[in-house]
Formats: sequence, C-alpha cells, structure tokens
Amino acid sequence: MTVTEDRPTTEVGAPRRRKEDRRLITGRTRWTDNITLPGMLHLAMVRSPSAHATIRSVDTSAAKQSPGVVAVFTGADLADEQGASLPCAWPITPDQKAPPHPAMAVTSVNFAGEIVACVVARSAVEAKDAVELVDVEYDDLDVVLDLAKAAADEQVVYPDLGTNVSATWVFDSAEEGTGTDVDAAIGGAEIVIERTYRQQRLIPAFMEPRSVVVDPTGEQTTLWSATQIPHILRLMLALTCGISESKLRVVAPDVGGGFGGKLQVTPEEVITLVVGRRLGKPCKYTETRSESLMAAHHGRDQLQRLTLSATKNGTVTGLKVDLLADMGAYLGLVTPGVPILGAFMYNSIYKFPAYRFTCTNVFTNKVWTDAYRGAGRPEATYAIERLMDELAVEVGVDPMEIRERNWIKHEEFPFTTVCGLEYDSGNYEAATAKAKELFGYDDLRVEQQRRRTANDPVQLGIGISTFTEMCGLAPSRVLGSLSYGAGGWEHASVRMLPSGKVEVVTGSSPHGQGHETAWSQIVADRLGVPFDDIEVLHGDTAVSHKGMDSYGSRSLTVGGMAVVAASDKVIEKARVIAAHLLEASADDLEFGDGKFSVRGTDASMGIGEIALAVFAAHNLPDGVEPSLDSDATYDPTNFSFPHGTHLCAAEVDTETGEVSIRSYVCVDDIGKVINPLIVEGQVHGGLAQGIAQALWEEAVYDESGTLVTGSFVDYLVPSAADVPAFTTDRTETPATSNVLGVKGVGEAGTIASTPAVVNAVVDAVRHFGVNDIQMPCSPLRVWTAIQRASAGDSTPRDVSTTDDNAIPSHNAQLGDGDTEGDTEGGQA
Amino acid sequence: MIPAAFDYVAPTSVSDALAALRSDSDEIKVMAGGQSLIPVLRLRLAAPTLVVDIGQITDLHGVREDGDAIVIGALTSHHDVAHDPVIEQYAALLARAAETVADPQVRHRGTFGGALAHADPAGDMPAAVLALDAQMEIEGPEGRRSVPAAEFFTGLFTTVLGDDELLTGIRVPKHDGWGSHYEKFTRVAQQWSIVAVAAAVKMADGRVMEAKVGLTNMGATPIRATSVEQALVGQSVSEDAVRSAAAHAADGTSPPTDTNADADFRRHLSTVLTRRALMAAVGS
Amino acid sequence: MTRISMSVDGANYTDEVEPRTLLVHYLRERLGKIGTVVGCDTSNCGACTVHLDGTSVKSCTVLAVQADGHDVTTIEGLAQGEQLHPMQQAFHDNHALQCGYCTPGMIMQSIDLLQHNPHPTEEEVREGLEGNLCRCTGYQNIVKAVLSVAEGATS
Repeated sequence: MTVTEDRPTTEVGAPRRRKEDRRLITGRTRWTDNITLPGMLHLAMVRSPSAHATIRSVDTSAAKQSPGVVAVFTGADLADEQGASLPCAWPITPDQKAPPHPAMAVTSVNFAGEIVACVVARSAVEAKDAVELVDVEYDDLDVVLDLAKAAADEQVVYPDLGTNVSATWVFDSAEEGTGTDVDAAIGGAEIVIERTYRQQRLIPAFMEPRSVVVDPTGEQTTLWSATQIPHILRLMLALTCGISESKLRVVAPDVGGGFGGKLQVTPEEVITLVVGRRLGKPCKYTETRSESLMAAHHGRDQLQRLTLSATKNGTVTGLKVDLLADMGAYLGLVTPGVPILGAFMYNSIYKFPAYRFTCTNVFTNKVWTDAYRGAGRPEATYAIERLMDELAVEVGVDPMEIRERNWIKHEEFPFTTVCGLEYDSGNYEAATAKAKELFGYDDLRVEQQRRRTANDPVQLGIGISTFTEMCGLAPSRVLGSLSYGAGGWEHASVRMLPSGKVEVVTGSSPHGQGHETAWSQIVADRLGVPFDDIEVLHGDTAVSHKGMDSYGSRSLTVGGMAVVAASDKVIEKARVIAAHLLEASADDLEFGDGKFSVRGTDASMGIGEIALAVFAAHNLPDGVEPSLDSDATYDPTNFSFPHGTHLCAAEVDTETGEVSIRSYVCVDDIGKVINPLIVEGQVHGGLAQGIAQALWEEAVYDESGTLVTGSFVDYLVPSAADVPAFTTDRTETPATSNVLGVKGVGEAGTIASTPAVVNAVVDAVRHFGVNDIQMPCSPLRVWTAIQRASAGDSTPRDVSTTDDNAIPSHNAQLGDGDTEGDTEGGQA
Repeated sequence: MIPAAFDYVAPTSVSDALAALRSDSDEIKVMAGGQSLIPVLRLRLAAPTLVVDIGQITDLHGVREDGDAIVIGALTSHHDVAHDPVIEQYAALLARAAETVADPQVRHRGTFGGALAHADPAGDMPAAVLALDAQMEIEGPEGRRSVPAAEFFTGLFTTVLGDDELLTGIRVPKHDGWGSHYEKFTRVAQQWSIVAVAAAVKMADGRVMEAKVGLTNMGATPIRATSVEQALVGQSVSEDAVRSAAAHAADGTSPPTDTNADADFRRHLSTVLTRRALMAAVGS
Repeated sequence: MTRISMSVDGANYTDEVEPRTLLVHYLRERLGKIGTVVGCDTSNCGACTVHLDGTSVKSCTVLAVQADGHDVTTIEGLAQGEQLHPMQQAFHDNHALQCGYCTPGMIMQSIDLLQHNPHPTEEEVREGLEGNLCRCTGYQNIVKAVLSVAEGATS
C-alpha cells in the first residue's frame, strides 16, 4: 500500500479549500434545529417583560387548556431539578458576591427577557400560541440601569447582597514586583492625560439562533446544542442538575457561529434538559432572533477611567486603569473574568515601567454580559491605542512616531512586561513598515492636510492600531492563579484505521473555524498521509470524550498542539512495530513522507501498512499492544502573542457626521500559518465585527430596562454594502512557545480594528477641537461633536452610559399595527 | 416566530376583495406583498382574524399611460417600479425612491400600493408620490374615488382609506423632462430612512421653472417642503441658491427622535439632504 | 387549513396547511428541506432566501399559501448530482463561508443578483447583497466569489 501519492511537499501553509464546505453549500447540514426525533415535543418560553420585579403569581391554567399543550412549568415546578443556580466558573476574588441564577426564575426577575415559565406542546406553533395565555403577575421594583450610578449603590439590584458591587480586582505592578508605583509615576510626570472611554454593550449576534434538543430515552440522555463548549457544558449540566456526568452525552452538531456568545451554560439548555427528563420525551427549544438578542448574553459594557503619564518627549511612564464593568443581572460562566482578561493587555506592545489596574464588577438589571470576541482584550487595546493618539497630540508628533518611541523593539524579545507576561516573539517594526507601505501612509497625510487647509466638507482621518493580544488560553497554572475554575489544556486522539485512513479526534469544538481542514493539514504532514484520508471528529462527548472546546483563539495553539502530540505518539508506537517487521533496530529507522526507512538501505514500510499489520496483530513484538491509536493532552507553557499594525483611512462628512472607510490595511503577525485562506477569512470577519463596534452596533435599553435594539431593525449588524474591502497581509515571526510556531488569529481583527477606526474618525475632525467621540460613532454623535467643538465648547462631556434617544426606530410600526384597512406591505 | 392563526382568502378580482372586506370577521388585514405585514404578524404585534390576500388580482399589476398621466397598479412591485421604462420617462423620482427600498428580495415582493397604504413615516414611497402630486385611486362599496396624495396620508400608519376600501392604483401626472433624485440617509444600507428627500425639478434656460420636494421621516406623514419649492422657483441654478432654498427644508416640521437621530439632527439633516437632492436633480 | 400545491426543487407537492404557515416552515418542517434556515424574525438577515418563480424572496416573509401554484428553488435544488452550481463552487473556491449558516441564503441571492446584472461592479455586488447578513466572513470573500462567477473565472 502506498499512501504518499499526490501529496504536496507540505500541507501546512497550503491554501487548502475547506473540507467542511460541501455540506454547507448544498444545504446538507446538521443544525440543531434540523433535528427531529420520534415523539418530539416543543418548548416555548414565557419571558418577563419587566426588568426587575418579584413574581406574585403565575397562572398556567388557560395555557394548559390550549390545543396541543402537554405541560406548562413554572420556576417553582422545576426548582428541585434545575438546581439552585447556573454555574459561574470564574470567581475572581474569594469574597465575590453573586446572586443565585436559577434557569427559570422562581421568586423574582432581574432583567427583561428572563424566563418565568415554559410551555411544552406537540408543535412549536402550539407552544407559542399558549405562551400568550400564561398569566404572570409582577410586582415591579426599581430598575438599576446606569453603570456609574449602580456602582455608587444609589439603588441595589439585590437587597440581600446590600451592594451592586460583585467584586473588585486589582493588579498593581509595584505590589506584584513586575514594575514600579504608578501614583509616583503620575505624580511627577511632565505629561498626564486623563480620559474616560465607554465600551458600549454589544450583542454577539451569531447567525444561527441557539437551539437545544434533548433525547432522554436510552441510558444516556443526549443533548444537542448550538454551543461552542460541548465538553464544559456536559460537566456543568451534570453538576448544576445533579445528574451523573456519565449519564449525559452532549453533541454540538453544525454550529452557526459563536463569537463567545455560545460560550455559556444557558437557562434554555437546563430547562430543556430538565423538562425532557421529567416528561421522558425528546424535547426541542429553538429561540427566535428577538429572544436571542434579548436574552442571550451580551458583551463589553465597561466604563474605562484612564490616567497615562509620560515624559515630554512622549515616553510613557505609567498607566492607571480604573474600570467599571457591567455584569448585568447575573454572573454567567466566565462573566467576572472577562475584564480580567484585559488586565494584562493595557500595556500592549509598549514598555511601561508602572501600571495599576482596578476593576469593579457591578450588577444592573440587564441581561448578563460574558465573552464576546476578544473578551477583555478589545477593551484594553481600544483604551491604550486611543491614549497613544492623545499622547501624540500632547507631544506634537505623528501618532506612529509616539508608538515607535514606546514599543518593544524586535531585538528585545523575549520581553517581560509590566504585567509579568513574557512575550516570546514579535517584530512590530516589520509589520508596521509593511502596513505603512501598503496603505500609502505618507501620501494620505499629505491629502489630509490639503483637505484641512481647503476646509473640505469631507475630511480625512488616519487611524492607527498597533496591537497585540494574549491567545491560546491558557497555561493551566496561570488560570489557577487567576482563580479560574478549570485548566487550559486540550486533548486529541489519532486513530489509525486498518485501511490506512486516519481519524483525528479533537477536543476543540469548531463552529466555522475550519478545524477539519486545518487539523487534516497538520496530521497529513506529521504522519505523511493524504489530506483526504483524514477525518476530523469533534463536538460529541461520546466520540471526543475530553476537551476544553473553542474560544479565546485557543484552538490551534492549544488544540492543534494536542493533535501534533497525538500524531507524534502514533509515530513512536509505530516505530517499535516497524522495527520488528523490518527486522531492524528502532534506532536505525527514520520516519518521513509517511514511511519508516532503515538507514542506509532501501527497506521501508508505510504507516498504513503498519496500521494493517497492527489490525491483523499476527506478528507484533512481544508485549506490544495491537494498536497505534494515541491520545495526547497538551497544556501550553505560555500564552501566544500575535500582533499587527492596522491602518484605517476614514472620511467624515462634516455636514452629516457620516463616516465612511476609504481604505483599511492590516498586517498581522500570527506566527506560522497552517492555512492562509482560513487565516484571511478569520481576519476579515474579525475586522467587520471590530469596525461594527466602532461605527454601528450598540445594545440600547430604555429607562424601564427594555432592550430597544431588540431586532436587526435597530441592532445594526453591517451588510456587505456597509463594510469596506480590506487589504490584509502578514509578517511571520514564529511563536517560540510551541513547535508549530503558531499564535492564533480568531480575535485579532476584532481587537485591532475598533481603535483604528475611532482613531481615524477623531483624527479627521481633531482640528475642530474634537478629542473623543463615544462609540458607536454614529452620524449624530460625530456631527454633535463637531458642532460643540466648533462652537468652542471644550468642557469635557460626561461619557454616557445611558441613551437619551432610547426609542426604537420603528416604535410605531411595532405598536398596535394601527393600519387602516390596507396593510399591503412595503418594506422589511 | 409564527403568526397567530387567521382565516385567509385570496380573491382574484377587486369586487371579490371588497366583498371579503365586508365580511363580519373581527379584524381584517389586507395583504399585498406582505413584506411589512408578515413581520408584524410574526412578532404578533397584530393578530387579524382574516387576511385578505389581494396579490392574485392581476388587474392591479403594471403601468400604463393615460393621457397626461401614468397609472401604476397598486400591486406593481418595487422592483418593477424601479425598472419600468414608462416610469423612468415620466416619473423617474418614483424609480429612484423604489430602488432604495429595503433590499432586493423585499423589492421583489413588496408593492408600491402596499407601501403607500401602510403609510410608514420612514417608508420611501410616500414622499415621492407626494412630491409628484399623485392621485390615489381608491375603490370601495360606494364606487371609485380619487384622493390627492396631499390628503391621503393622515398620520402614523394611517390614511384616508376606509376599512372597506382598497387602494387600486396611483395616477401620476407625467413629469417628462424633469430632473429627479431621492437622497436617503441611513446608517447601514438595509435600514429604513432616518431622513430622506425626494426632489424633482423642471428647468428651462438654466432657471428653475418648478420644483417639488417631499420629505421622508420628518413627521408622522410625508411632508411637502413648500417653502423650499417657493424659494427655488425662478432662481438660476447655483450651489448658493439651492443652499439657501434648502435651508427652509425643516420649516414647520416636527420630526421624531429615536436611537438613530434626535429631532434637531433630523432638522439639520433635512436641509443638507434637500440641497444634495436638488443639486442631483438639476444634474449638478 | 388550505390546500396548496407547489413545485419545490423540481418535485411537486400538495399539502394542507394553516394559512399562517410561513413558506420557510413549510419547506423545513413538511418537506424536510432543512437546507433553508431561519435567522431572524424581521426579514433582515436573508438566511431563508429561496427563489420563487426564479426570483429571490425571503421565505420567512412569504406565506406558504402565497406560494400556491408556484415554483420554488432552494439551496438543495441547485447542484446537478455531484456537479455543483457555479455559485456553490465559487463559494468553496473563494472560502466565502465559515460557519455556513448564512450561506444558503447568500448563494441564492448571489445567483439572483447575477441574473439581473450579469457583470456587476464590486459595489453593485455589495449592494445586491444588502439584504443578507453574515457574521463570519466580513463579506470580502463572498463578494470575491460572486465576482468570480460573473467573470466566468470559476473553474
């Protein structure tokens, strides 16, 4: 058997078209909502319209009489089975305060959209019909919405806790011994810049609404879910509901995007599981988009108070970060830790001697926040990259120059930062030089000046973001030191089939990232088998029994390394058998191109031949098990630190405040690349999301705590007509912390692009006297900033954490449908 | 989401449709393309007991010339309005507005008459028909009547149409040789108009003979910017003349406030967009 | 219940449906055409786009009864056996999908776009896809895929 035909020299680095595409482009998909089982029942949720209330009564009698309804459950009905609280795996301080978070509210509701009852019916439509018949009486309580006021405990969400503050977490470089005292640095500084920035609340808005199917028949209850984390979900469901973990199988079939939004143990999953087991029937729940926007966790929502000190030539001497982070009403799976993930990134690529980070986590009556693409790192990167632009203005130099004066030079790696992280590799100069050339930086500066001089109604701004991030979550010991509830390892198995084909089982759980393709490329090179002979299996705890799943740009740097380790174990197991079969010493064998060769002879044997021989097991060395299969669990030794230089040219129509991106160039250094097509795709998608934070997206609540941006009419996810074409390129400085040399790319675009865009917008109107515009930089905000500055109003404006215009754009349409007679239909 | 249950009829003639509207069902909704109605039904913001689907009344489709006017069937789709050669020649403003409605899929199904009867203040077609002094042709139990666009829109999502009436066609005076433009301001492409301006201008010898300007989403109904029109007539076209006329765009309006813009910003936008619409309409 | 007949991907179906049944639910739940998916409830996302008599529509904003007597094509009706439709092939070749959830609607709308405008500019492609949301790709490779079909460059 020959297994090395038609194989490119190396798969790694080749722009392989994806294996997983075919079923997706022909509609042969396995989304959770596609699953239909015999006798399956359908759930619909009754959700609270009130953002804060005690539940006086729930009358389900009319709903129970509705056609097709099998059962109606309230929180009281399910209280025993659903457990006391959904899990939070990241208590950031020993004294962290957390209210219990029952999957279905029992006594009170704390955000609008919280589940208070569920209807189970023979069809989804019958379940929906009956939802309207459940009569819930609420006693409304005062609603706590404003982050700053909540932090001051003007009113509290949970009287039992006595405060809205969940925890305060501090990192101080002087105390940690990683740097000097920040107050001393600020006290004696030549330049001190103070700013408050708002990280608005965002909604992950994955395209596939969440769905869960439970089959309680059989010895193991099987739960399919549109989740990023089947393994974590299995453990957490077992612990939460008091079910033996071994009695649960969790499957993440095709999953339509996550972006952190499906990194959660959701009320809907628990309720569907509990109801399915109670009734003994398969059950399905699929959310609507309205439910998803309202009740799936949100992201960001921070208020950043920043103080940066520097010398008069622009050398940064210290940075103090005082953060308020809106938890929403509950602590989700990693809610409290999201801002902490940013704590180590405020110093970014720069050499600060002194740093202090204080984060206060605060409860409000909004849906809880949790991971959203970047999780903590976009917020940190935004703050420092905005501040570097402000510092450049103070010093009077080009913003690129100010960065060059402060960044770590390539010959200084490895470099230990003021946060104590060791950056293993990087070359900021190279990425920046390439980006500037692609962008035409100098020419654009000339044009900008020309337009300013001519008082052109359309002004040009140039925005820079030289970012880094910490990827590859994470060394388990580091997670332990941060009180995270689990390790950061990843698992993989490689199974050699008798026919020479290979199954790779990964603990990573892809939902669009292309692991089937990339892992096949890695294994093809490692084992010397054809790309097409490799099948990558994932997302089913019965197949992939062990894993930490996909988030935090960890899949390749951690999961990919587990695949490497498992592949290498196969080779070592095969080596012993090959030596036996080739009648040679194992030390004389060389492995390459998928075969063992005896040094100095032409005797060789392919790994597929060995697999067949192992299957037969007729002639194996004594004491050797008849198996080449291997498992490996890889725990990273360090984070990885991708970086890049992103440049944005934005045009601002000063008459309307409209921003349009004229060009966007990024040069990312993510180390070695397994598949450049996939890498580019990840960058493109990340850019669109980061740009959307800068310009369009914001979850807005009205004064009663109702989500105003409750549909895609008002939550502005951009379309192809809104985002620009991107110019992407790379430099390649391999990571030294893993043998693949890879760093991770899933979040880079999102992290880097937001400050690049806002810096460009502010730069375009800086000469009017504008030095900040709150995100999203809507036409109203941009125009207002210009008007105020032009009128000489330089008083700092309070950064708003509430929206004065919190009215949906189609409040009338969404009113009583008050159309006289002839609603013939026009628009969406 | 799935709409609440309703009864359904799909008459194939106007008379059958009018008969259906006289049935004793509690709440009757007329559906043409359904592109506004179906989302409202799905969100259960409306729960009619009877939906009268007029989409199969073939008489109400298409465009024809009738002397010094053109008549557009109420069921003509936005896509067809945007691409019809007769409309392009005589009422190009309607095509310019129609091509900005929602997105291509919605334009395939959504209808001209439906959009007008729906009377959404952020909808694009009402301001355009108002600007072109269209007549709304209505049929009801008492027969036919014709209502000027200026009288048709009475408030938020409300028109003069009675519960037992149908909008069957839109009669638009021929605007041969007019320049026209629809200037729409949104934050993302697919969005409803934050503000939009429909402008049509008749020029002769470099002077404005007539100007017609309609405003979208500057109030509960589409609004005619008459002071702009008056300021422009007789002027020779220049950026300054147009600018000073357009400065009157917000006169007498009370625009809404929402997440996209407050009332003051809308007033300001209307002046900028009116200037731009007029400059584009005169071909500058 | 109302009796309807329609052709879907070349096969004829007759069924009794409630008038409130959306076309997309009829396709998915009655006919098993699960390739077409639902992404929102306000007709914004376009994931459910199919062709009705050869023209793109959002099947979540069409009642099944409105499609009575008409011809529907879904993502599942494009390939001829193993032979992908050129637009499907172009999406694969250009890495124009990641999670793939928006892909059926995106492909159906892209085909419609080229039917109306066989040689679009990049801007026209972007505007022609304004009714379809994708959260993964940033659209760059989708636009590239559509342009490649327009140019006949897809192998």
